[in-house]
Amino acid sequence: MKKFVLYSLLAVLFACFTAAPLLAAAPPAVGGQLPDFSLPAPKDSTDKSYLGVSGRLFSGPFKIPQVKANVVIIEIFSMYCPYCQAEAPNVNSLFSKIENDPALKGKIKLLGIGIGNSDYEVGVFKKKYSVPFPLFPDGDFKIHKLLGEPRTPYFIGLRINPDGSHQVFYSKLGAFEGVEAFLNQIIRLSGLK
Amino acid sequence: MKRIFRSLFVIAVFTAPLILPPAPNAYGLSDAYKGNVYDTGRLKPTDSALKVKVGQKAPGFTLPAVSGGKVSLQDYHGKKNVVLSFVPAAWTPVCSDQWPGYNIVKDLFDAHDAILLGITVDSVPTLFSWTNQMGKLWFPVLSDFWPHGKTASEYGILRTDGVSERALFLIDRQGVIRYIDVHDINERPSLEMLIRELEKLK
Repeated sequence: MKKFVLYSLLAVLFACFTAAPLLAAAPPAVGGQLPDFSLPAPKDSTDKSYLGVSGRLFSGPFKIPQVKANVVIIEIFSMYCPYCQAEAPNVNSLFSKIENDPALKGKIKLLGIGIGNSDYEVGVFKKKYSVPFPLFPDGDFKIHKLLGEPRTPYFIGLRINPDGSHQVFYSKLGAFEGVEAFLNQIIRLSGLK
Repeated sequence: MKRIFRSLFVIAVFTAPLILPPAPNAYGLSDAYKGNVYDTGRLKPTDSALKVKVGQKAPGFTLPAVSGGKVSLQDYHGKKNVVLSFVPAAWTPVCSDQWPGYNIVKDLFDAHDAILLGITVDSVPTLFSWTNQMGKLWFPVLSDFWPHGKTASEYGILRTDGVSERALFLIDRQGVIRYIDVHDINERPSLEMLIRELEKLK
């Protein structure tokens, strides 16, 4: 009986201590790196070639620093978030501005991660707002936890260096004030120009 | 000695929930709500006894709508399929997420000739302030505030603390219940499942 009580007590204490690391980390800091996670290979061939992860080497899951670009803008969103819904046309317009500028096209790429959203729900968002860039589901909030559980919409700017290393240069909650201003900020902070 | 161990054990069991961090609630994170969403922590998944079942006639109701006037289930009889979305309370994490999602899929409800009725046990003024944060909603939001939770109670989804379960009822044009999902209050029901059930109505 004594042993049983003692072991139970130890088990409870052990559970208390092991649960502590589950507490959320902070969102990626400017100057730091992205946490280590992979996204599934895009199903859509346009998305695949846009991200440059369609080669034979990258047919499976990929990591964001493997995207063929100098800068990747990551939007953390949810189909269920009213601000993300309202922001969708602006993010689309940001995409067009980049794609229509020969100096930026191919250098800055966009992708979205739908936190707590299933594949189906991300698909609904993509269709509803005609989102032209790749969106990925994070149905079980795994990536969201790794990213420090930011509120939405949250934008992360990532600079990918020629040697394959990367740095976060932008990490901020909330809609951007103006598409043009945001893009200029991204260009300046990333050192692209 | 035995007694000391036993007391220690009892103390440990009862203090564990205080030491353990509460399960982080990752819903209701939209910046639209700023810091106004109340964190309920993790709740007992369900806490009521359902009083209706699939195949039965749905209990009727007439409730005040946030947009003014009253809405009855009877209004849709013979005209439209009805999805009732009960959510526990305004300004809580999962609920603040669920309706904004439905708000962008009106076309999916239209395609299945269905109307959505959102219901909570909150008062009309509270529902007004809360739903205003979601943008303009295309579906009626009804208040089951007084007599408190009467409709929720008739469906058997009024929890012991006076809020309703997070529940979906799909009612066909004849007023017959075709699908019930009394969901774990801590989780958001998947949209896909609801749409699949709507598809079955054809």
